[in-house]
Amino acid sequence: MTGATVSQKRRWRDAPLALAMLGPSLLVLGIFVLYPLGRAVWLGQQRCNYQGRDCQSVGWGQYTNVIKSEEFQQALWVTIKFAAITVPLGLAFGVGLAVLADRHLKGMRFFRTVFSSTIATSVAVASLMWLFLLQPSVGVLANVGWLNSVFPVIKEPGLLNDPGTALWSVGISSVWANLGFTFILVTAGLQGIPRELQESAYVDGAGGWARFKHVTLPLLSPTLLFTTVVLTSRAFQAYGEMDLLTNGGPVPQDSTTTVTYFIYGSSSIIKNNDGLQAAVAILLFIVLLGLSALQFRGFGKRVHYGS
Amino acid sequence: MASVRLVGVSKHFGDVKAVDDVSLDIADRDFMILLGPSGCGKSTLLRTIAGLEDPTAGEVWIGDTLVNDIEPKDRDVAMVFQSYALYPHKTVQANIEFPLKVRGVGKEERTTAALHAAETLGLSPYLDRRPGALSGGQRQRVALARAIVRQPAVFCMDEPLSNLDAKLRSETRAELVALHDRLNATFIYVTHDQVEAMTMGNRIAIMRDGRLEQVGPPNEVYARPASVFVAQFIGTPPMNIFPAGSLEQSDYLLGARPEHTEITTDASSSRGVLAQVVLVEHLGHEVQVVCTVAGTHRVVVRLPAGHSTPDNGSLIHIDVPLQHRHRFDATTGFRAD
Repeated sequence: MTGATVSQKRRWRDAPLALAMLGPSLLVLGIFVLYPLGRAVWLGQQRCNYQGRDCQSVGWGQYTNVIKSEEFQQALWVTIKFAAITVPLGLAFGVGLAVLADRHLKGMRFFRTVFSSTIATSVAVASLMWLFLLQPSVGVLANVGWLNSVFPVIKEPGLLNDPGTALWSVGISSVWANLGFTFILVTAGLQGIPRELQESAYVDGAGGWARFKHVTLPLLSPTLLFTTVVLTSRAFQAYGEMDLLTNGGPVPQDSTTTVTYFIYGSSSIIKNNDGLQAAVAILLFIVLLGLSALQFRGFGKRVHYGS
Repeated sequence: MASVRLVGVSKHFGDVKAVDDVSLDIADRDFMILLGPSGCGKSTLLRTIAGLEDPTAGEVWIGDTLVNDIEPKDRDVAMVFQSYALYPHKTVQANIEFPLKVRGVGKEERTTAALHAAETLGLSPYLDRRPGALSGGQRQRVALARAIVRQPAVFCMDEPLSNLDAKLRSETRAELVALHDRLNATFIYVTHDQVEAMTMGNRIAIMRDGRLEQVGPPNEVYARPASVFVAQFIGTPPMNIFPAGSLEQSDYLLGARPEHTEITTDASSSRGVLAQVVLVEHLGHEVQVVCTVAGTHRVVVRLPAGHSTPDNGSLIHIDVPLQHRHRFDATTGFRAD
């Protein structure tokens, strides 16, 4: 009892100093995160006029209306498909390249620089490059004769204009743009694996694949979990690619209208309704929060943080 | 079981000659110690035998097979690392089973082998634990169990005791010797600790700057060191080296073990060489008298406990009986007789 009282007293005595220390972070967090979040939640139950003024509460039911709406469900479905394309592909390529480059060979620095270079490429630049690549009449792919005869869709209507290939095309451009990020993270993870573990497995008789499966992959699991969560979150928030490559189209199927594009996109049907936009944004936030929690819980047991 | 033969083995990293033209015969069932200071190339030589480094020149033979181009896994060697290199995500049992698992041994057979290896090393109570939940000594045993489980012909050990505390290290030394006797395998053991070298191996290969300085049984290396380097590397305190012309009229450096160095009489004596006492250390079972000869050369004299000792700063004469004098070439440092 006495101990508790003493420690409690001490806690109160330390409170002013603690508050002073926490103050700057609380201020920044409050102004730039908590307040906007609170405002967005509030805005989500309002309906505003065309100019974004004269907002009036229409009740929290607006959130359920959004969830029930076909447009939101379609956008969420497209987003899930987009994540399902980009996350596994991005991980596989990132890990593959990082493992290939994790050797003490001459000239490896050059390859490392090349593989990580996309981290310095903005979404806008990356998307423009892919636009030049995929453009159906003058694009690079459109001018490779044999490829066009195998895949006529490249020229007519174009990979970005066909509802069947548009999402994949945008997805692959996104995988490419995120590759540098994944590569750097996985390379750092690989360098954290003690070399002796690999050597020990090598002497013990493990071939390349067995070493990858039994040593590299388990010890890389914290990095992989982190990368998966970040890539998923990026995929769910991807906007620039759709805006620049497809404008959410091809219309009328809206096959690349993801949730973020649904919120901000120039061809979105809710682009002039701040209240609905806020509601969708908050719902996206909740989905991402749940998804990250699921990933941590689901994969958490398989992640080995070493000794 | 197998012998290991190195013929003119060199390993260069760029301009650095980590191992330089080493030839060494390690007989079947030898407990061979590769001894030397940090950076002398002993670990590189061991890794070359295990197949983790490709020699720049020379041949590595294990038994009757030239293994230069043979992968580590096919050399029939096991390696124990200084850091133990245990897989942190696997249990003790899974760690021990791993070499058998990747070689495609059936589950039942490898479990039996792993349990047997674990029992040999007293690990049975810890089979379900992860390495992170074990003490340093236990981890070291797991590393050993993982090495013995597939019964290799040659064990390569790279300073396996250096992460243990002093008490555990001396216990484990004895256990490793017993293990060697039981397994009837060839052990190649790298260390920089001369006590390990003297007490464990039946032969010691002392390395310096990538080259072999001397190879022989511990007693021989101690009693007839091939060079000043060996003389001073083996033995605690190291062999005393007297400058040429101080104890006898010759051009040789003269070496003498501290236990063979005698304090003759007081400063007025004409026998031996004049020295000044710097420090007298009473260690309980013996006394070590540290002196300087010719102002700079440090010389240690070991006296039995209870022996009368000179005072700090006093001048004394020290001498070495003829039969205990080692003569080394003053230029090359190698043994002259």
